[in-house]
Amino acid sequence: MALAQAKPAPLAARIEGLSVPAGAGWAAAARADALARLEAMGLPGRRDEYWRFTAPDVLNAPEPARAAVLDTGDEEPIFDAVDRLKVVFVDGVFDAEASDTLEMAGLEIERLGDALARDITWARDLYGVLEARGQDPVKRPHAALNTAFATDGVAIRATGRAEKPVSLIYLHESDSSDAILHHLVRVEEGAELTLLESGPAAARFNKAMEVDVAAGGAFHHVRAQGRDHERRAITHAFARVGRGALYKSFTLTANGALTRNEHVVEIAGDEASAHVAGAALGDGHSGPFHHDDTVFITHDAVACESRQVFKKVLRNGAEGVFQGKILVKPGAQKTDGYQLSQALLLDEDSSFQAKPELEIYADDVQCSHGSTTGAIDETALFYLRSRGVPTAEATDLLVLAFVAEAIDEIADETLREEVMSRLTAWLERRRRG
Amino acid sequence: MLDIRNLHVKLEEEDKAILKGVDLSVGAGEVHAIMGPNGSGKSTLSYVLSGREGYEVTDGSATLDGADLLDMEPEERAAAGLFLAFQYPVEIPGVGNMTFLRTALNAQRRARGEDEISAGDFLKLVREKAKALKIDAEMLKRPVNVGFSGGEKKRNEILQMAMLEPKMCILDETDSGLDVDAMKLVADGVNALRDAGRGFLVITHYQRLLDHIRPDVVHIMAAGRIVKTGGPDLALEVEQNGYAAFEGEVA
Repeated sequence: MALAQAKPAPLAARIEGLSVPAGAGWAAAARADALARLEAMGLPGRRDEYWRFTAPDVLNAPEPARAAVLDTGDEEPIFDAVDRLKVVFVDGVFDAEASDTLEMAGLEIERLGDALARDITWARDLYGVLEARGQDPVKRPHAALNTAFATDGVAIRATGRAEKPVSLIYLHESDSSDAILHHLVRVEEGAELTLLESGPAAARFNKAMEVDVAAGGAFHHVRAQGRDHERRAITHAFARVGRGALYKSFTLTANGALTRNEHVVEIAGDEASAHVAGAALGDGHSGPFHHDDTVFITHDAVACESRQVFKKVLRNGAEGVFQGKILVKPGAQKTDGYQLSQALLLDEDSSFQAKPELEIYADDVQCSHGSTTGAIDETALFYLRSRGVPTAEATDLLVLAFVAEAIDEIADETLREEVMSRLTAWLERRRRG
Repeated sequence: MLDIRNLHVKLEEEDKAILKGVDLSVGAGEVHAIMGPNGSGKSTLSYVLSGREGYEVTDGSATLDGADLLDMEPEERAAAGLFLAFQYPVEIPGVGNMTFLRTALNAQRRARGEDEISAGDFLKLVREKAKALKIDAEMLKRPVNVGFSGGEKKRNEILQMAMLEPKMCILDETDSGLDVDAMKLVADGVNALRDAGRGFLVITHYQRLLDHIRPDVVHIMAAGRIVKTGGPDLALEVEQNGYAAFEGEVA
């Protein structure tokens, strides 16, 4: 790997206002290592291979751009009807009063600061560890920045079957907030956890999550990113999936000036499974929309399966990006890798850039990828209209049909229906203007 | 009910006239058949009436109960009571057949200022209509027409017709791709809908469908015009002599 050109000036300005939070010796060391990684890499630039389609400027800037808080009226927040353990952050700061007591059968959960202050083996083995592994071969400076400077977050260790989902709720109240959250998740052997995330979090949000799923464990992740039009977010999920374990993640994104969601998954144990999916809907009419899914899945074990399903619906100048890679390491035989990225462009002003990559060093594998960009099927549209369905409603029906394959990746029926109903409501609001 | 006067239609993209002065009137309670060779303009007539893009009306008119069809959007024509059973029903992956039927029915009701149908009433209605057409619950759950056989697609068209209860039904080559049993099932479905308030225009290349759906009037179309109109016997004449004899009448 070529030595990264250091860019001291912008990086110094970016981190000038940040300070490394206190923690136990090991945590301080992990943060110092992360800062050293960041300084060696520098901030991303447009010439970096994985930043060609997304401008990192607003993420690199010392101060966040202002982002007005969206008034959602009397709309019930997503997942409100779901029985869950609520953990609330307001502009990136844990809100104990708004949160439930951090106790639940089947898991241990505490604030990140508490976990980093003590000598907890599993946390020590995870904090900054998967992030550091995920820096090779593609550098992810904002994730290292996160590990170095994260101010809050949760540490969750699932020891059994968690009785209900843990729901991280990110409220956004200040139009100039700049939040850095880092979560640790360890799913022990045979344990099971569902993690929900919702809300915009801040004007600018940098979130990293490290998830270690031990043998036979299952981790389900369903996320709905905030709809505040001007918010900017960069998120990273680093996952390691053990033998026979399951890692499943789905993200719904509607609105947002900039979203960059990176997923770095290492399939480390035989017969493991990793699914990463997303549905993004952008309407440039309400302000700029740029959504980037960057996924890197590494197969390093035998008889594993991975699936990427990403759908984007773009209109009025909205921009979508997909960069997805499947790397099959030597010896990772019987790999079944699937990758699908599709965009539905509802007009000629919108755009989609896709960069699918396969890199395979084993001979007995089955990998496929497909990327398409298309418009609404005029024949189907006419068929619906000929049955009396007006154009706008017919279009929405076809949009829902288009994203259904990504939403179907949500295993839990209640959560799947919750996401579907939010999507339907989003489309209806746009239809009514 | 349906009145077509001197209808001239050309392709939008090229200067090619397809309909060259069609005159046709279908009254309430009547079943008319249009027969004709390939390329005579039969299907174009059905597309133009339903509002498909790609055609330009250069002259003439088409009205349904006096309302100008050609001035309406396709969904408005549907709400006004016009229904086209497609020659090639469209597959819509991801849209469930039930969702499709309910959305269409409610859209038409709303357009007419009526209340939407309740979920319970809808289920009852669709089960009853589906049963008569031997459409099982599995077919109702599947995405619209996806993976349906030719016969299933055509039965699905008739199911939509039965659910939407249009005033004027146009069947475009509904017999194509059907075996005898499937054709009989489709014909039974159509016959069940025949009543004094409803008109039918059955477009077909062959006479055999008309053995099952008995028309009151038969029209022969050739080179973009109706060249002959008669009773059911006209269909038999075509069966015996072919269309060649009528094509001569164009000139």
